[in-house]
Amino acid sequence: MEVTDQLIDHLAKLSKLSFNAEEKQELKSDLQKMISFVEKLQELDTTGIEPLTHMGYSDNALRDDVVKGMVSREEAMLNAPVKDDQFFKVPKVINPQ
Amino acid sequence: MNSNLEFEAVIGLEIHVQLSTESKLFCGDRTLFGEPANTQVSSISLAHPGTLPRTNNKAVELAVRMGLACHSSISEKNFFARKNYFYPDLPKGYQVSQHTIPICNGGTVRIMVNGIEKEVILNRIHLEEDAGKSIHDVDETFSLIDLNRAGTALIEIVTEPCIHTSEEACAYVTTVRKLVRWLNVSDGDMEKGNLRCDANISVRRKGEKQLGTKVEVKNLNSIRNLRKAIDFEISRMSSMLENDEKIIQQTRSFDAVTDTTFALRDKEEANDYRYFPDPDIAPFVLSGKYINDISISMPELPEQLQSRLQQDHGLSLYDAHQITEDKDIARFFLDVNDIVSNPKSVANWINGPVKQQLNDRGCSIEDLKLSPSDLAALILLVEDGKVSFSSASSQVLPKVINSGNPPIEIIQQYDLLKVSDEAELINWINIALNKMPEKVIEYRKGKRGLIGLFVGEVKKLSKGKADPKLVNEILERKLNE
Repeated sequence: MEVTDQLIDHLAKLSKLSFNAEEKQELKSDLQKMISFVEKLQELDTTGIEPLTHMGYSDNALRDDVVKGMVSREEAMLNAPVKDDQFFKVPKVINPQ
Repeated sequence: MNSNLEFEAVIGLEIHVQLSTESKLFCGDRTLFGEPANTQVSSISLAHPGTLPRTNNKAVELAVRMGLACHSSISEKNFFARKNYFYPDLPKGYQVSQHTIPICNGGTVRIMVNGIEKEVILNRIHLEEDAGKSIHDVDETFSLIDLNRAGTALIEIVTEPCIHTSEEACAYVTTVRKLVRWLNVSDGDMEKGNLRCDANISVRRKGEKQLGTKVEVKNLNSIRNLRKAIDFEISRMSSMLENDEKIIQQTRSFDAVTDTTFALRDKEEANDYRYFPDPDIAPFVLSGKYINDISISMPELPEQLQSRLQQDHGLSLYDAHQITEDKDIARFFLDVNDIVSNPKSVANWINGPVKQQLNDRGCSIEDLKLSPSDLAALILLVEDGKVSFSSASSQVLPKVINSGNPPIEIIQQYDLLKVSDEAELINWINIALNKMPEKVIEYRKGKRGLIGLFVGEVKKLSKGKADPKLVNEILERKLNE
C-alpha cells in the first residue's frame, strides 16, 4: 500500500491535526515503513483461521453493578486548562441556532 | 399525510435506551439524572491513561432481557469495539460500542397501527456507552462540558428499513418504551433523554426497488416530534422528487418550534470511524445456561398477556391491547377480574372511567388511591343494580379515590343508590316530558330518536340515580299511550 499525500491529509483531518510540508514528508516516509512492515505479516496465509481479537474468552471479567471509585469535581477538573466552577470549557464546536 | 399515492417512504429507526443500572457501563460512576455537573465521574470516564475498565454485568443482563423479549438471537461470544471520532464530550476520542458483533441479532417487535397488528423487524440490539453533554448556548466563547453522562450504559435498538409511515414509527417507539418499562430494562423517560430516537428516512416512487437517498434526523425526544419530523421529511423529499431535485444525504435536526427539520451537516465524505476491537476491555461469553436463566426469570410479555386476554378472557384485540399498554394497569386488571370474573366489564371500567381518572389527575395507577378490591366492589354493585353505571363512574369512583372509603359507604353517604321505584321514576319522567311538550309531539309523530333526549333529562333530574332501563320502559309506555 502506498502512502500518498491524500492519505496523510485524510488521517490528519480525522486526528484534528495539521502539518506543514516538511512534517508531511517525514510522516509519509515513517508511515510507509510501518505499513510495509505490517504488510510482511499479511503474507501469511490465514484462511480458515478466526481473527484473534483478545488473548482469551475464558475469563468473564465482568463487575457487579455497584457505585464506587468516583472522584470529586475539584479532583476531576484539576488538570483542565480552561474551566469554571462547574464545567470543562472547550473552544466552541457549533454555532448555536 | 398528504397526497402520497405516488411516493413511498422507507424508514429505519435507531433507539438509544439508557439501561437502569446504578453504575456506568465500564466503571462505578453513579448514573443519576440531573446531578450537579461533573460530579459523577472517575479516572475511567475522564479517560485518564492506565485505567482498567470492566464491563457491568447488570448491563449485559438487561441487554439480554430486551433481546429475548424481541425474539433476537443472543451472541455467545461478545467483545467491544472502538468507534473513533473527535468531539469534546467524548473524552477518550472513541466510543466503546459493539460494532462488529451485537449482543442481540435480529428480532421482531409486534406493533398495532389503526387496529391492525404488524411486525417491525430488528437488525440488532447492541451495548454501547453514552457520551457526555455539551452546552453551546450559555457561554459566548466556549462550549461547556458535563461528563456525568459519559460512559452510561445504553442499548441501541436498530430496525431494518421496514417502516413506511409516521403512525407505524410512533407505534413502534411507543411499544419499545412499553417493553423496556415492562422488563425494568429502563424507565424509558424521553424527557430525560433516557429513550432517544434517530430516524433514517428515504422516499422513492412506488414500485421502485432501489431505496432513495436517505437523511438521518436526530434529536427526536418525544413521540410527537418523531411524528412531525417524519411527516415533514416525507413531504419535503416527495416534493423534491416531484420537481426532479437531487436529494442529498444529510444529517438533519428537528426544530420543535417550527415543526420542520434543518440540515446539520452533509455527508459528503463517508464517515471513517476506524473500528477495531477494544484491547482494554475483556471479551465475555454468554453460556446457554446463562441465557436460559434470564429467560426463565422474565415476566409474561405484553404480547403474551395480550394473547391470553383475547383467548382465555374473550377480550377484543383492541381491549386486550389497551389493557397491556402498561404493566401496572395489566396487573390491576387481573387483580380486579379475579374478584369480578367479568373481563369485558372490567376492561371497560379500566379503559374508560379509571383511565379518565388517571388522565384528570395526571398520575399512574400505582399512585391512584384505588385498590383492586374497591373497584371490584363497585363493579359488582353496578352489576347487582344497586347503583347506576353513570353514578358509579362519575360520582362514586372519584369519591372512593379521594376518600379511600369503600364504594358502599360512599353510595350511602351521598344517597346514590339506584332508584328503581316506579312512582319516583314516573315523577321525574313527568317533569321531564312537561319541560319539552313540542319534543313529545315530534316523538309521537315518529321521531323515535328523541327517546334519548328524554332519558337524558330524567338522568339529569335524578342526578344519575334513575335506573336507565326502567326509565326507558316507562317512557316508551307513556309516550305510546
